[in-house]
Amino acid sequence: MTADAGRPASEPTSDAAVVELSGVAKTFGAGPDSTTALTGIDLAVRSREFVSLIGPSGCGKSTLLRLVADLIAPTTGEVRVNGKTARQARLDRDYGMVFQAPVLMDWRTVATNIELPLEIMGYDKAERKRRSADLLRLVELEGFAERHPWQLSGGMQQRVAIARAIAFDPKILLMDEPFGALDEMTRERMNVEVMRIWQETGTTVLFVTHSIPEAVFLSSRVVVMSARPGRISRVIDVDLPRPRTIETRESEAYFHLVTEVREALRQREGQPVGPDDRDPTSTDRIRAEGYA
Amino acid sequence: MTASAADRSSAASRWAAGADWLPPAVLFVVVLLGWEVSLLVLGVQSFLLPRPTTIASSLIDEWPTLAKGIVFTATEAIGGLVVGVTIGTLTGIAAARWATARESLVPVAVAASTIPIIAFAPITINWFGPESVLPRITIVAVMTFFPVLVNTIRGLTEVSPSSLELMRSYASTDTQTLRALRIPNALPYWFTALRIATTLSVIGAVVGEFFGGPLYSLGIYITLETGHSRYPTAWAAIVLACMLGIVLYLLVVVVERLALPWLTAREMAAER
Repeated sequence: MTADAGRPASEPTSDAAVVELSGVAKTFGAGPDSTTALTGIDLAVRSREFVSLIGPSGCGKSTLLRLVADLIAPTTGEVRVNGKTARQARLDRDYGMVFQAPVLMDWRTVATNIELPLEIMGYDKAERKRRSADLLRLVELEGFAERHPWQLSGGMQQRVAIARAIAFDPKILLMDEPFGALDEMTRERMNVEVMRIWQETGTTVLFVTHSIPEAVFLSSRVVVMSARPGRISRVIDVDLPRPRTIETRESEAYFHLVTEVREALRQREGQPVGPDDRDPTSTDRIRAEGYA
Repeated sequence: MTASAADRSSAASRWAAGADWLPPAVLFVVVLLGWEVSLLVLGVQSFLLPRPTTIASSLIDEWPTLAKGIVFTATEAIGGLVVGVTIGTLTGIAAARWATARESLVPVAVAASTIPIIAFAPITINWFGPESVLPRITIVAVMTFFPVLVNTIRGLTEVSPSSLELMRSYASTDTQTLRALRIPNALPYWFTALRIATTLSVIGAVVGEFFGGPLYSLGIYITLETGHSRYPTAWAAIVLACMLGIVLYLLVVVVERLALPWLTAREMAAER
């Protein structure tokens, strides 16, 4: 970092690790057909941090998120969430999750979709109504409470999914490429919205994306991953001042960070970075020798 | 205006404009007219195909007998439907929930559904006697439970993996997932099965009667009237059986629209 952005005093993180992965590996299948999705993962996410996972397809970033969510179990290593096992954290409803698709239920209205987790968790009806009304305001969908999912645009559906994920005030928000299917304009608007929600609710966010600008704009830290086998290759601190706005995307410091992440990603894919490595046949050798 | 109110009012205006019912109604009238006129012009004998007006007058003349017949046959069809749909739904739920139940029930169900009625109907008459409704209730139940079973299993199990992960992330119990996700997901499948089952039920009841039943029951009546070359009255009974099937089918459609208003609204949105 050369730009004088400076670390803002307001960066709202503390040292307590909320999500902690140590020596985690995940292998799917067994024998010769097995695939190592992740290996040697060590990562600690502190309270109120916004951490993005970025990397090429097949680098295991979604797998990592699903390990934290206890939707799958690690082959080796340990995943701890809020100081508990990932399973206990799931049973304690410590996290809310947003998937790549909105995963809304067509037979429910927008309001009752948001109330679904509250129903499962036994909140009474008045409280459910109160919360869904508040959340609809938060995601700027007042007036859409009685609509059904198919009557909304993709961006609006994903906002409903975000409202649903935070309906029960989880301490952690896990987001798996939530805006991957949206156009660039909508995506940028959603980024601002997610950041606002993150700041208003004080959650810790673990965010999977394949968009470099998105990762830099949103995050406190960007975790760059590489594929085959999936592992963490670099962690880049993003010390852009907050609150971040449209102007942030036009600042020099932002461009430097985007370039830094892009170069980190390119190296990890084993592409030639120096004049001596231009032989395309050498890429496998580079990988094999742990060049990446 | 809320969305559901908007759905209802647009459905009402569509009804008033005749968008839903006008095309089939016009087609129906055109077919009847064409049928009547072409038979008159070509001079076709009534044992080959009677004219609609001839059938209609037979229907009126024979109404006392036919009314008894349709009540009897309707009792069999509806009774068999209730038994078949109940058994199909319950076994479907069990088969969707437990792999053991699925592995043991489904082969038996497939075998039962392939029993030929012509072999099975005389046996059911031996069991209960020809005058009883029970032989046909048994036949209709055996015919209808299979589509209900298959669709219930499919509706309960073909849930998107992401939805299941969502429920898992809420630490939802199996019962909660069943109620909040699997059953609502299965209902459209279940109603589709019910539509198939209603049309099967009338066929099953009438065909079952061919092998023995009271003289006024539609199956026996059709056999006797064709045996005596009284084709217009036989046709009147056939028309009545068709109408029973149509009425049952429409009843299911109406119940489905009332039970799943969101499905109708989504289909209409997709058409636009």
